[in-house]
Amino acid sequence: MDALLRVTGLRKAYGPVEVLKGIDLSVRPGEKIALIGPSGSGKSTCLRCLNFLEKPSAGQIFLDEEEIGVRNGRPMSDRELAPQRSEMGMVFQLFNLWPHLTVTENVAIAARKVRGLPAKEARELALEMLAKVHMTHRADASPAELSGGQQQRVAIARALSQKPKLMLFDEPTSALDPELVHEVLKVIEELAAEGRTMLIVTHEIAFARDVADRVLFLDGGVIVEEGPARNVISHPREPRTQSFLKQIRH
Amino acid sequence: MNSFFQPFFEYANEWAPQLGEAMVNTALLSVSGFALSLVFGLLLLLAQGSDYALISRFAKLYITVVRGVPLLAVLFLIYFGLPGIGITFDAFPAAVLGLSLCFAAQVGEVLRAGLKAVPNGQREAALSVGFTPSQSFAYIVLPQVLRIVLSPMLVTFVSLLKDSSLASLITVDELVLTGRAMATEYFLPLQIYIAVGLCYFVIAWPFSLLSRRLAR
Repeated sequence: MDALLRVTGLRKAYGPVEVLKGIDLSVRPGEKIALIGPSGSGKSTCLRCLNFLEKPSAGQIFLDEEEIGVRNGRPMSDRELAPQRSEMGMVFQLFNLWPHLTVTENVAIAARKVRGLPAKEARELALEMLAKVHMTHRADASPAELSGGQQQRVAIARALSQKPKLMLFDEPTSALDPELVHEVLKVIEELAAEGRTMLIVTHEIAFARDVADRVLFLDGGVIVEEGPARNVISHPREPRTQSFLKQIRH
Repeated sequence: MNSFFQPFFEYANEWAPQLGEAMVNTALLSVSGFALSLVFGLLLLLAQGSDYALISRFAKLYITVVRGVPLLAVLFLIYFGLPGIGITFDAFPAAVLGLSLCFAAQVGEVLRAGLKAVPNGQREAALSVGFTPSQSFAYIVLPQVLRIVLSPMLVTFVSLLKDSSLASLITVDELVLTGRAMATEYFLPLQIYIAVGLCYFVIAWPFSLLSRRLAR
């Protein structure tokens, strides 16, 4: 089957510092990919380059054969990028819910303002998405009244509301208290079971092993090792992967 | 003590209309001054973020200079100084202009602080669901900035209101100038300036209260 997402030669440099040194990646529809690696290895930057929140220095990204961020050979503006970005739902480490809107409004506003859905339909859609993340009971709460885990679940519902072809999770549980991690991972697992395509940057190694089809180990801006999740995590070949996995308990 | 309060009753029907009219003038002066400060402040904010170094440097220099110059000097410069090069203002517009030129710096800084207080992740989240930059500003960033700046803006307005008394020195018929004229006429400076002070307080108090409530 053709790749849904194809990345070739992706590079990102901040001044003289090269954070990504050529990433090649291909994701099939329905595939779940975990990006693991030490901090500073470039995994978050890699994810943020996919929807151009960071502008890549070089390389190409294709979603469904459409090149992201480039039109007629020249770079697109943020304005032009908007429709492409909405095809990739992103979940951030710090949730980034909008505090001036209620939970439902957080999930409904993009459908209303970007896709032009009538208020009632957008609200119904939002409630449907909130049901997926088991947050319907707090539909009218303000984000500040929610726990971290609940906020992150709402953020997932918000990302789902645009019916993205691909979900990007950027360390979705790193900012959570340990006892709240599980509820978020469970929701992600349920989405995975629906057959959604997703890329997850995570430090939850056990989760990566159980949920992901494929694991990519990044270090120093390159993919050091990749393969089926169980192989990479239980029997890593590369010494760098071995020492990284030894350092973190899982 | 009786003789202290007596004039308030005796002259109430003469003082009230005079002070009332002066209060209206003070309020008009302050509101127009503040409205223009908002316009200039917004321009300063935009200028500071400009890609043209000349414009952004001018905005920063302007803020630095204005912070170091007293309002009274600016008022004198506009009202008494500018006619020297052929630019003449009536007293009221001169005062509005002077107040807004000075308070624009403060308003601009309040706006800038408000903008900075909204984390970048808010905008990123908006872009990630497909908002254009202008939509993300209008629906996500601006409402949060307005909430943040409302309370400091009210404080700024109250301080502008009080500073508008300096306009009396360039002959604007506001509260202080009216009070001075009345004090000379009635020989009751103590009672009259207390009445003037109360008039300012009556205008400022609701704003102070509101700002304190919002800050909570």
